[in-house]
Amino acid sequence: MAQLQTFKLPHLPDHPVHIALFRDARNAEFLRQQLLDGNTEFEYAFVDAAVVLSTTQVFAAVFRAVNDMMKQRLKSRNVHSEIVHCFSGNNNIATSFRTFGITPATTSLLAIKVSSTLTTEQIQSHLQEHVQGTSLPFSDASIAELNDLSKIRKIYKLDQPAGKPGGARQGKKGKNADQSAGEGRREMEAVVLGMMALRGS
Amino acid sequence: MTDTAEEPLSFPLPLPFSASPPAAFTPLTQGAEAHVYLTSYPTTSSPAILKYRPPKLYRHPLLDRRLTRARLLAEARTLVKCRREGVDVPGVLGADWEAGWICMEVVEGGSVKAALEGWWQDVKGRKEEGSGREDEVLSDLMGRIGRAVGKLHSVGVVHGDLTTSNLMLRPAKKWNLDAAGKEERPNLEGDIVIIDFGLAMQSVQEEDKAVDLYVLERAFGSTHPWAEDMFKKVLRVYSESYKGARIVMKRLEDVRMRGRKKSMIG
Repeated sequence: MAQLQTFKLPHLPDHPVHIALFRDARNAEFLRQQLLDGNTEFEYAFVDAAVVLSTTQVFAAVFRAVNDMMKQRLKSRNVHSEIVHCFSGNNNIATSFRTFGITPATTSLLAIKVSSTLTTEQIQSHLQEHVQGTSLPFSDASIAELNDLSKIRKIYKLDQPAGKPGGARQGKKGKNADQSAGEGRREMEAVVLGMMALRGS
Repeated sequence: MTDTAEEPLSFPLPLPFSASPPAAFTPLTQGAEAHVYLTSYPTTSSPAILKYRPPKLYRHPLLDRRLTRARLLAEARTLVKCRREGVDVPGVLGADWEAGWICMEVVEGGSVKAALEGWWQDVKGRKEEGSGREDEVLSDLMGRIGRAVGKLHSVGVVHGDLTTSNLMLRPAKKWNLDAAGKEERPNLEGDIVIIDFGLAMQSVQEEDKAVDLYVLERAFGSTHPWAEDMFKKVLRVYSESYKGARIVMKRLEDVRMRGRKKSMIG
């Protein structure tokens, strides 16, 4: 059974967000074609989970897309394509889709839907029927299993030689490796969210 | 800080925040330009700082939007740049420059100003055991401030309003839960986090950096006169913190002689 979680974001009570995460997806080609064909039954933001950093990043992208929709300034066709675009720090929509969207080669897949009319069950069974893959709970732990941090660093250009993010906070007492890895991810996230927020400014 | 979160907000917040009840926003401070609240963003379980610049009705709407947009973006871009370069500042979580708001990470702890005041009261309160450790503790804090400001300037950012209220002291994370519950005496431990980049600019000029230091020096002297002598330590650590700091220190002497304004305009 596809595990679909429904979230209410703060300040956006009328826009429940439904999210499901899949690994080993086998029919990305088909799903992508539905988007290209404009099949309205497939109004999802399909995001390549390999380039997703964290659940917070996902919520930030959704938040911005919904906010832009409410203010009537979407840059793309609908709120779902906008969510994909909102992962990017770059204004070019085609680049955003290519980088964060579903490609025929995608195997780790995040499906996001903003809808107040469909129920969790309806969306769940639709995804169950059409996504061939293994469902995972949408969590930071699952994302960490699927993503490629070096790829993400490259996308957001986080590999500057001078002063890598978090440089200021390193050192200090013997924290264990897990904690400093978590720290590193949080540092990356802070920069990435900033870049996403400032896109188009 | 207000303890009655239920009191109505002094003005309407823009969408999407207007969809939430006033209780979702705890007012923290209010300046001439912006109102600052504690709220949640982008999930219910993540606390965040919301800084909202309400429209100024005495300005022409077009000018107002432009100014708000320019100032908000300058602040947000500076924060992102600092964060990218490893300067300890709150990260930007989200922003809407048309609507005039920006969401930032919450910085744990309190201001250096509050920490100094609390600590000083405590030290004064227990006169007898003047162990001499106090100077050392204070001097260490001054060193951390000097290093933080040096780091900021080294990446080409000038704060514009450096005071001990805009420097936060973030206590070290307590991984050990046993220690977390214990009541502590006021202390000066923690990382320096610089906040409020509303007047910040990106500059490589010694003059601007020297003025930054001068403003901090004056603010420090008037807010914490008992510790005025200790400010030397801030400058000493600053002057060794990055290449170019010494030239700024030279410039600081000129600024001290004439005051903050060089151009005599405005």
